[in-house]
Amino acid sequence: MGQVYNDLLKKTKDQIQETKPVEAEEFLHHNPQARLLDVREKNEWDDGYIPGATYLPRGFLESRVEETVPDKETPLVVYCAGGVRSAFAAKTLQEMGYTNVASVIGGYGAWKNAGLPTVKPQSLTKEQQSRYSRHILVPEVGETGQLKLLAAKILLIGAGGLGAPNAFYLAAAGIGTLGIIDNDQVEESNLQRQIIHTLDRVGQYKADSAAKAIAALNPDVKVNVYKERLTAENIERILPEYDLIVDGTDNFETRYLVNDFAVKYRKPVIHASILSFNGQLTTLTPYEGPCYRCIYPDPPPAAMAPNCSEAGVLGVLPGIIGLLQANEALKTVLNIGETLSGRFLLFDALETEFTELKLRRDPTCVACGEHADIDDLLEQHKRGDVLIPACRIA
Amino acid sequence: MSIVKLPPVLRKLSGGNKQVDVEGSTIGEILDALDRKYPTIKNQLLTEDGQIARFVNIYLNDEDVRFIQGLVTPVATSDTIVILPAMSGGK
Repeated sequence: MGQVYNDLLKKTKDQIQETKPVEAEEFLHHNPQARLLDVREKNEWDDGYIPGATYLPRGFLESRVEETVPDKETPLVVYCAGGVRSAFAAKTLQEMGYTNVASVIGGYGAWKNAGLPTVKPQSLTKEQQSRYSRHILVPEVGETGQLKLLAAKILLIGAGGLGAPNAFYLAAAGIGTLGIIDNDQVEESNLQRQIIHTLDRVGQYKADSAAKAIAALNPDVKVNVYKERLTAENIERILPEYDLIVDGTDNFETRYLVNDFAVKYRKPVIHASILSFNGQLTTLTPYEGPCYRCIYPDPPPAAMAPNCSEAGVLGVLPGIIGLLQANEALKTVLNIGETLSGRFLLFDALETEFTELKLRRDPTCVACGEHADIDDLLEQHKRGDVLIPACRIA
Repeated sequence: MSIVKLPPVLRKLSGGNKQVDVEGSTIGEILDALDRKYPTIKNQLLTEDGQIARFVNIYLNDEDVRFIQGLVTPVATSDTIVILPAMSGGK
């Protein structure tokens, strides 16, 4: 090393506070508000880091630290591989106004040699870093969030109007496992809105057709295809395998079935329905927000509940509502923002008007209320005793 | 006058109107007034014993009246009432 460098390092170390790994660990343990910053390069981080550390490479320190740690009074412990880069980083942080900064002597190497805990991160491949780069750039997602999406398992009920945009965009977003359950086959009349299907796949099962589109879009996604109707007999084989459910079905029987089993297994349901120019959606989070039965204890008679094949639907409407569902699904997986739990969002495409209504848990709800017996309700489903009056769709 | 917003399934009874101005000091009175304007509409929303059917929600502004005072919930002239039956379409 050159003389100038040696002088600079010595001068820097004289101007900062340094701490031994064991002391740093104890300090972090007793000061939960303190932040641990790892200023090494990506390849070093990928080989392992100190639990609780935030990755903030030296090259981006000045530009990103104020976003990462807005409060200049926050105690900072900084480390690199051997304690040199972190010394320079500590000095920079002091110059930027951070009042309590310490650099770990001997860095990550000394930390490891002291037998202190480390973790090895899961990381994205080069191809994934490129594919999801626009996600990674968003601080609320980042690489950690993308890894969550890749680990997530989402069940799509229906590969029709609402299922199509969900399947396409959730696959593009890198949801690692998508289950698609639908026993219908693609018809020409579907293509006006169910954009995941194509003319040359008319006659094929929608679940197969959607799986083909996803495979062509993103090989990261594992698709589980279920060419069957969701019933009380098969739902317990399928639903518990997933983290959350996107409900895009077209009948009340399935909606109540999904709701009741989702309450039992505590799976969030992103609920939506559409008709003509109108759509509505909410996120149902069992025991935290209302379930579907809290909102509508009973389904309507057939005359009050036409479906899309009877009443028609504007082609873009399932796209708009389906993507709002996908947005809810991504936020739920990432645990960011505010979901629609406890809120009913209505959309009128003709007026381009959104309306928001409050939804509450019903203490008398038979699925999630104070005296509900959810196991008994599921038994009723299995016996076929749950009455869903006159709303079955052939 | 309060504004009542009607769902698509009821618009065949309202001659296609999406929203109507109706006079009434409670939700029950609003429904009565609505029924005078569009006969039989109330039958679609209430059970035989006169309760709000469990597949329909009536919102006063943004609150479900089931969680306020049901049919006797007071209504002010500037209020908006949204009638919203369950909808199942997804395909």
